[in-house]
Amino acid sequence: MDKGVWIIAEQWNGKLKRVSFELLSRARRLADKLGEPLSAVLLGHQVEEAAQELIYHGADVVYLVDHPKLFQFDPDPYVSCLERLIHEERPEIIVAAATTTGRTLMPILAARLHTGLTADCTDLDIEEGTGLLLQTRPAIGGNVMATIETPSHRPQMATVRPRSCKPSPRDPFRSGKVIVKDYPDELFTSRFKLLGLEKLREETVNIEDAEVVVAVGKGIGKPENLKWIRELAELLNGAIGASRAVVDLGWLPYPHQVGLSGKTVSPRLYLACGISGAIQHLAGMRGSELVIAINKDPRAQIFKVADLGVIGDLNEILPRLIQRLKSLEVKQG
Amino acid sequence: MRILVAVKYVPDTDEIRIDEATGTMVREGIPGIINPLDLYAVEEGLRLKEKWGGEIVALSMGPPKATEALREALSMGVDRAVLLTDRRFAGSDTWATAHTLSKAVRKMGHFDLILCGERATDGETGQVGPELGAMLDLPVITYVSRIEDLRPPRGDEPGWIRCRRLTEEGYQRIEAPLPALLTVVKEINEPRLPTFRGKSRARRTEIEVLSLEDLALSPQETGLQGSPTRVVKVFYPRLTRDTVMVAESPEKSVERIIDFLREHKLI
Ligand SMILES: Cc1cc2nc3c(=O)[nH]c(=O)nc-3n(C[C@H](O)[C@H](O)[C@H](O)COP(=O)(O)OP(=O)(O)OC[C@H]3O[C@@H](n4cnc5c(N)ncnc54)[C@H](O)[C@@H]3O)c2cc1C
Ligand SMILES: Nc1ncnc2c1ncn2[C@@H]1O[C@H](COP(=O)(O)O)[C@@H](O)[C@H]1O
Repeated sequence: MDKGVWIIAEQWNGKLKRVSFELLSRARRLADKLGEPLSAVLLGHQVEEAAQELIYHGADVVYLVDHPKLFQFDPDPYVSCLERLIHEERPEIIVAAATTTGRTLMPILAARLHTGLTADCTDLDIEEGTGLLLQTRPAIGGNVMATIETPSHRPQMATVRPRSCKPSPRDPFRSGKVIVKDYPDELFTSRFKLLGLEKLREETVNIEDAEVVVAVGKGIGKPENLKWIRELAELLNGAIGASRAVVDLGWLPYPHQVGLSGKTVSPRLYLACGISGAIQHLAGMRGSELVIAINKDPRAQIFKVADLGVIGDLNEILPRLIQRLKSLEVKQG
Repeated sequence: MRILVAVKYVPDTDEIRIDEATGTMVREGIPGIINPLDLYAVEEGLRLKEKWGGEIVALSMGPPKATEALREALSMGVDRAVLLTDRRFAGSDTWATAHTLSKAVRKMGHFDLILCGERATDGETGQVGPELGAMLDLPVITYVSRIEDLRPPRGDEPGWIRCRRLTEEGYQRIEAPLPALLTVVKEINEPRLPTFRGKSRARRTEIEVLSLEDLALSPQETGLQGSPTRVVKVFYPRLTRDTVMVAESPEKSVERIIDFLREHKLI
């Protein structure tokens, strides 16, 4: 019998990513409903502390594979270790993050294990009676939601979007078991050579992970005006998003693009400045918790998905907004 | 070099409209197009072929109308196009799609490189590429934003490819031996437009069609039957929010924004 709910934790330089805790809080509910243990799988190098942290955040068991070859994500040893672990422990459900790592690892595993995989879920639940995993995800630009099951193949696998739920709280008195797996060297061989990492420009980093996204559209008028967006992003502690029009004009590079052919973001606040709200753009941002839109056209589609819609000219509003935020900072300073 | 590009036929999202009254999507009579993100895979394949010579083949699985997607690839310059079409393929999830495609790839002989789009704009899973690579036991490099260098295999010397992957942390540089499967992101290139000559060649080129029997597949391993997942419910989320609109002076607008940010503890 297959048993238990797993999450695949993600770490960077030994530090757990926030999404690992989000996975724990989602999977906790599933494990409790099934009355089964919640385990986290942690692959990395010199990550014992992180393993303990996963327990504080809700894991009952942590399977730890620690090896120099796991320091960075390399599909071959990551897949080999996970596949071995799955064969040994036979989990019922595996949930991973819909990040570039999770979205590479999970389909390769699903193919090898011959099982179903649902991408980018925004909701996971357990079906009454059958105990099956109900995987709900948007499709066609978020215009349709589909609930998907994997009736007879195991494990049931899903990836979930970062920031689609709250991270689980830390409880330093929680206890659990860290199970260290020592695997033979051949499991760590790889066909790949990792040649290094080129950091993105600071402001680009991770719009998918940002709590606030200040997004800019063609309505900003000219690239010089991006200085307002940069200032706003800084004042609100946010990252900069862009519509495709802005990226196509070369005003911002592609990693900023939000939408159907760019990134999907679901921050707490999405501040859309001069974006018309084409359906392809909405596809990437409508999962945001709160949306403010500024646009001079009262009929702009973006207002349909906004909580606060401001009809007005960016040239007049943005400099004033920046001034106002700065004066608040000074007061609180 | 022998290159394969997997292209999907998807509904044209440009044509999808929202029903204002219900906030739901109107899909009836929506024409299909080649998945826009697959154009980047086609373009990259064409550039590699232009540099290294060889053959480039486009492969699609879908309804008979998916020939339109393949014609588009042909008009851009691919040499051959193969369509997997059969009623019994219908309803395939990503596993069954990748499985069916993998049978076709094996049947079509050796490829040095397989290129896929990052994801399709309808299903939006981005899973078919990596699943196909895994089924063919190929190294998979996802989110490729640039091919930095490549050596095709020569005699006993295996070839290799060196890429940049766009990840959350930055551009990861990675090398793999050929044959390999890549999924590419939009940043990789600017797809060419079909030329007049290309279009007329595409009209004349015969698209090879393969069925379940041609692939020696059993109905249990493809289509709805062969899919590990089942869609149990489909629903339309409400698009609209309870929007508060503000049309006031810039000063007042700014105050409303500040109030909103405060109310939600964002400042
Ligand atoms: C296959 C496909 C995929 C696509 N993928 C994406 C995608 O991933 N992401 C994406 O964003 N788009 C995507 N698009 C493009 C999309 O359809 C739109 O063209 C694009 O989003 C428009 O960007 P925009 O809103 O910045 O520009 P516009 O549509 O030009 O809108 C500019 C807005 O700014 C307002 N404005 C102008 N001046 C001012 C001012 N001074 N003050 C205030 N407001 C002002 C205008 O009223 C207007 O609403 C895709 C299209 C296709 C066909
Ligand atoms: N039916 C199909 N036929 C050919 N290629 C496909 C098909 N479905 C998906 N692909 C390829 O896999 C990529 C990812 O698709 P998806 O997993 O559906 O988001 C696409 O960009 C295509 O390159």
